[in-house]
Amino acid sequence: MIPARFDYLRAGSLEEACQALASDEDAKVLAGGQSLLPLLRLRLSYPTTLVDIGRLPGLSGVEDRGDHVHIGAMTTHDEVMRSPVVTAACPLVAMATATVADPAVRHRGTFGGSLAHGDPAGDLPAVVLALDGVFVARSARGERDIPAAEFFVDYLESSLRPGEILAGVRIPKLGEGWGYHYEKFHRTAQAWAIVGVAAAVKRSNGAIQEARVGLTNMGSTPLRARAVEAALRGVEVGEQVRPACEAAAEGTSPPADLHAQPDYRRHLAKVLTYRAIGKAAGAP
Amino acid sequence: MTELDAGLVGEQIAESGQIAEPTGRGEIGRARRRKEDARLLTGHTRWTDNLQQPGMLQVMFLRSPMAHARITRVDVSAARDLPGVLAAFSGQDFADEQGSLPCAWPVSEDIVIPDHPPMAVSEVRYVGEAVACVVATDRYRAADALEAIEVDYEPLPAVMDMHDALTPDSPKVHESGNKAFSTTITSGDVEAAFRDAPVVIDRTYIQQRLIPSAMEPRAVLASTDGDTFTLWSSTQIPHVLRVMLAVTTGIPEHRLRVIAPDVGGGFGSKLQVTAEEVLCLLLTRRLGRPVKWSESRTEGNLTVHHGRDQIQHIRLAAEADGRIRGLRVELLADMGAYLMLVTPGVPMLGASMFNAIYKMDAYEFACTGVFTTKMPTDAYRGAGRPEATYAIERVMDELAAELGIDPLEARRRNWIRHDEFPYTTISGLTYDSGNYEAATDRAMALFGYDKLRAEQADRRDRGDPVQLGIGVSTYTEMCGLAPSRLLGMANYGAGGWEHGSVRMLPTGKVEVITGTSPHGQGHVTSWSQIAADALGVPFDDITVLHGDTAVAHKGMDTYGSRSLVIGGVAVLKACEKVKDKARKLAAHLLECSPDDLEFEAGAFKVRGTGASRTIQELAFAAFTAHDLPEGVEARLDSDATFDPDNYSFPHGTHLCAVEVDTETGMVKIRSYVAVDDVGKVVNPLIVEGQVHGGIAQGVAQALFEEAVYDADGNLLTATMADYLLPSAADLPAFTTDRTETPSTGNPLGVKGVGEAGTIASTPAVVNAVVDALRPRGVRDVQMPCTPERVWRAVQGTRGGVRS
Repeated sequence: MIPARFDYLRAGSLEEACQALASDEDAKVLAGGQSLLPLLRLRLSYPTTLVDIGRLPGLSGVEDRGDHVHIGAMTTHDEVMRSPVVTAACPLVAMATATVADPAVRHRGTFGGSLAHGDPAGDLPAVVLALDGVFVARSARGERDIPAAEFFVDYLESSLRPGEILAGVRIPKLGEGWGYHYEKFHRTAQAWAIVGVAAAVKRSNGAIQEARVGLTNMGSTPLRARAVEAALRGVEVGEQVRPACEAAAEGTSPPADLHAQPDYRRHLAKVLTYRAIGKAAGAP
Repeated sequence: MTELDAGLVGEQIAESGQIAEPTGRGEIGRARRRKEDARLLTGHTRWTDNLQQPGMLQVMFLRSPMAHARITRVDVSAARDLPGVLAAFSGQDFADEQGSLPCAWPVSEDIVIPDHPPMAVSEVRYVGEAVACVVATDRYRAADALEAIEVDYEPLPAVMDMHDALTPDSPKVHESGNKAFSTTITSGDVEAAFRDAPVVIDRTYIQQRLIPSAMEPRAVLASTDGDTFTLWSSTQIPHVLRVMLAVTTGIPEHRLRVIAPDVGGGFGSKLQVTAEEVLCLLLTRRLGRPVKWSESRTEGNLTVHHGRDQIQHIRLAAEADGRIRGLRVELLADMGAYLMLVTPGVPMLGASMFNAIYKMDAYEFACTGVFTTKMPTDAYRGAGRPEATYAIERVMDELAAELGIDPLEARRRNWIRHDEFPYTTISGLTYDSGNYEAATDRAMALFGYDKLRAEQADRRDRGDPVQLGIGVSTYTEMCGLAPSRLLGMANYGAGGWEHGSVRMLPTGKVEVITGTSPHGQGHVTSWSQIAADALGVPFDDITVLHGDTAVAHKGMDTYGSRSLVIGGVAVLKACEKVKDKARKLAAHLLECSPDDLEFEAGAFKVRGTGASRTIQELAFAAFTAHDLPEGVEARLDSDATFDPDNYSFPHGTHLCAVEVDTETGMVKIRSYVAVDDVGKVVNPLIVEGQVHGGIAQGVAQALFEEAVYDADGNLLTATMADYLLPSAADLPAFTTDRTETPSTGNPLGVKGVGEAGTIASTPAVVNAVVDALRPRGVRDVQMPCTPERVWRAVQGTRGGVRS
């Protein structure tokens, strides 16, 4: 309940924040604090310094930039889910964000913080992965783009380097004809997903032209269900969808915990993928 | 916030038509908004953790990471040297004065009550047991200092499974062995009942271990002036605690004051004499400065006593038409590592309740209490009665399934009819009143029972992946704990009376003092309603004082749905004594015989004349004492204790419909109807709140909550992320209603409502889950019915039991 001693730096500029992080590998970025503070309070994490980026300008807000939407890392979940730009151009992000924890957490927790935390049980990583988002990292050396497929390295581990801060994420607009759904399976409203499925489906003439499927909590990182995506290509919406979704657990290594064993998670991935695809395909 | 705002929710409920507000002037029966709430909701609260004392220090405890180990060395010196740390102690440092935490309920002759030092000295027996403590100027320094304490442990084997624990070659939790006690109660010829019985149902159910999870974590503040001691604690039992702390610490009772300030829920978890209470008192004695301890949620999950944890083997013998011949119950009850205040008594509170509302010829109850290396269990909302109700109500559904009849019909063929009350059951309790037919008929109507059965049949026919299940629970419970004479027969260490006082103030206002100790129940409001009717004074002219042994000097506190049934009646009786005194004074002043006076609307009136004196005028006359009759004291103040002759027996019918997604195992409650008979109702709004909260807690056992230890004795559910408590978002709207057969055991006709919802709801929900899956061969799903367990039951693999 009481964190161990740490130093606190309220960064006045991005340069200062990056400098502090580059000079001390045990320093941690404090954004909304909704993932980090519980770890500190339970003394599961002992950072030397918390670098608070809450007052840095330019890290917050949603912008429509033509072919993509830019979401600033410090934008709160509540702002994301209510953003007209997000709900219009990348509704899957809004749908998943609305299922994150509870309103109190959504008012404090940030889009970038949740992604940089890299929890495969979090809802947003699988969504950004499915949408082929691009992570924008800033450091003293400048800006670096990291494709979503390369961002999540392992459990609670991203490819951000020491001295780098996640500044924002670019979500490409998929254009017309796409339908979306985030299917979250959890025991209570505030609980993490046992399994979650983020689905984007493009239909034409009653068939699936393209499908993107991201899986939450099916491995040490968020995963793409590539086998399902391939199997769905050209499939008529209807009974043919279910067999294609049987491949949902391919290549996954789901965890065992109090809420589910791996075989059950694999089963859920198939059922939930089928449901997510069905709902996404039903709303082109 | 105005009173109007604070009571808005209550007002909405009261106006919603769900609660019929009686006409007339009486306060009893009115959905009064709670007097407590404006203060609580606007943060003007006195939680123990909010309290400050000059020079106050913070205590933190170092807790064992081992389930079972010998302590070979504790070195606190490095902690003592840290800045801001005033003291650090090991259990050894208090070995001579800390005594043993008390167990007040030696339930059998063979019971073993092991020594239970508040801080472990030579051996730890569960993860979380205190082994050392630090006292520092603030909690941050104290928390850091804990990490500087060195403890060497020599590991001993953990004892986790009750069956294993009872085998001869099991490692021992205590030198005396792993059996805490065993007891058997028999009534009727059980052998005969089972011999050649046409139907025998034989089942084993697991009552999982639960963590009570009160909203307010525990906190203790202790101070001394060198002569007297004051202990503030987030407790349900300031009076019991004072007595037990005096006995445990040797501090004389008259020099110890215990205060329960605002207390944010307990559910039985604060019906305890805790290590932290004893140690804070000893620390303030040793250091001469006030000390405070406040627990974190994780610390609480580890060390607040747990609830339930039984393995129930239940066998029922019946005739071919479903009439019950006899019932056999064998319990293994997990005590955890020690016997705390009423640990062994909890399963025994269910001993007389497995037979429930049903008539039968024979009954046998056997219980073995087992030590394991886990946190001790003790009272948790319902305490023994939810366990009993679960087992019998589950088995009644199994009986119905075996016979191919409707589960309500199986019950109808066996329950006590309303014209058979008072009825002495096979276990020897006398139920004073009840009407199971009326409650069931009402519940069925509200539920739309037949229509839901039709939908269920339709979904079964269609092979719908989402199946509908209907669960029944026709429960009763034994509450109003308890008649002192019966507690004595059960070998309980205290009585069960309650005390109430009434002070008539000179201005005509009233102070009611109660020995009950509310921690969320709304006694201030309900007791005001009782006194307002009895004395004829306005509701707003009454204040209720409680929870401080210097103010409410006698009491047995709040648990077991006892407060209204015993404490509320004590208040009523004290009011009657006030009126007796006032009548004599009025007769004197009005120059008439006391018999010529009638009391109405707060005034004594001389029959046939207009002459009268109000109770307020009489209070003032007693205060001035200018003209008192011979032998009358200068006060109307009175007190009374009430000790009932019998328990009270609320009952009701709860019906639950669930949708079970057979592809994922997810259970969703579709509708829930509760018709409860809690006798006369003082405040329908408060009753409604108790029923809602109670159902939520019972549903939580059925679907969500479970304290899980691993094989080494580590608690895996130490945080709220792992121990799942449902919130409003996870629960359906409850449809509630009441039938009313007044209790004959007290003048208010009340029965108690604190535990009813919890006792009733768990079997209703699980019966519904099993009902949904029965055509697929499922006959049990272990609680909590998690999606994974339900899915495995459907698959026919572990997690469910198939016929």
